[in-house]
Amino acid sequence: MTPAFLYALVGIVLFSIGLYGLILYKHLLRKILAINILGSGVFLVMVALADRIGDAVPDAVPHAMVITGIVVAVSATALALALMLRVNEETGQAVLPEDREA
Amino acid sequence: MEEINVLLLFDVVLGLTLVWLAWQTLSSLDLFRAIVLFIAFGLLMALAWVRLDAPDVALAEATIGAGLTGALLLSALAQLSASQKNETKPSLFIRLTLGVLLFFLVIALAYTVLSLPTKAVGLSVEVAKNIELSGVSNPVTAVLLNYRSYDTLLELGVLLLALLGVWSLGGVSTNKSSFPKSSFVNPVLDLVTRLLVPIFILFSGYLLWVGAFAPGGAFQAGAVLAAAGVLVFLSDWYLPSKYSGFALRLVLVIGLVWFVSMGFSFVLLDNAFLEYPPEFAGGLILLIEAAATLSIGISLAALFLGREPATKSDSNIDIDTGVNK
Repeated sequence: MTPAFLYALVGIVLFSIGLYGLILYKHLLRKILAINILGSGVFLVMVALADRIGDAVPDAVPHAMVITGIVVAVSATALALALMLRVNEETGQAVLPEDREA
Repeated sequence: MEEINVLLLFDVVLGLTLVWLAWQTLSSLDLFRAIVLFIAFGLLMALAWVRLDAPDVALAEATIGAGLTGALLLSALAQLSASQKNETKPSLFIRLTLGVLLFFLVIALAYTVLSLPTKAVGLSVEVAKNIELSGVSNPVTAVLLNYRSYDTLLELGVLLLALLGVWSLGGVSTNKSSFPKSSFVNPVLDLVTRLLVPIFILFSGYLLWVGAFAPGGAFQAGAVLAAAGVLVFLSDWYLPSKYSGFALRLVLVIGLVWFVSMGFSFVLLDNAFLEYPPEFAGGLILLIEAAATLSIGISLAALFLGREPATKSDSNIDIDTGVNK
């Protein structure tokens, strides 16, 4: 197996771990961490598949898209954290309404 | 042959470590520990990018993915009340069910990926064919600022929108500062900040310049600028209130406004929106990137600040560096 496919498989596993954490854990900060890991998995698959070219220069288009994605991810994370702090301030718990303890 | 085996071993170990760190990040009950593990995960991801011949992505991951995201997460954690930083584990039944379902997902996705052709050139031939016309010789910068500059333009918009969202959510608790303000600033932090901030600004300029022909570019440069902003903010320096109104907003939007106006400026000469004549492309890209670096850096630092800086009094942001550039 070439490194490209190895890293693509790692990306798939990271995606699934992120999805697992996103569904299972209640705390919003942990959900935000999970989304970031999930996104990293997607990025890894994209860039790994762009490296299926042997010794030549890899495809720059997925690289550029992943850089764009990383910046969008940090923007979304910052907004999500602000939302989490607001929820925490309003309800006293950083969880979604259905997970709230009475 | 020997060398290839060592590299493959390295890849396997790195891959397993990434998976282990991701798992530990999500399953450790202490949130502080989870965030520190996440930062370590980001740094190792940067190594993975290097192994995949993507040094531009590695730079972005190390500065933004690990560095700034980590700083954002830690500052948010500091503002949560201590009582609920821990979490109870969900029941075994739910964990097992979800685990089995996701196992099938992994199998299906792995099958799909492994059935792809082992050799693929993608768009690299197209990128290489037109690189002479793009004005830069780093293919990633060519894609970001020329071939697919719509992406980059909209991305600046996303960054600005996120900041607007954060600003409109923040400022609820005016009585509670995000960081405990004290009259005493750690002298080590203060000294290190004084030494590092000029270096960061210089390095940011270097990354911006070098992006035309080597790994680097506006996003990496902006992230380093933002790191300088975070340091300045942590050591309690404050922004003179006269800058936090119009001047701050001008710096925040200048990247986007400049990008759009450059995009339109050649429409009059029968070009499409964001299409640059090859003879000017190199200079235009540098100009656009310079404005974008400034906006990205200040926006990211402002995101870390988490609230709209007060037009007078104690809030601060690294605006001075922006204005004096």
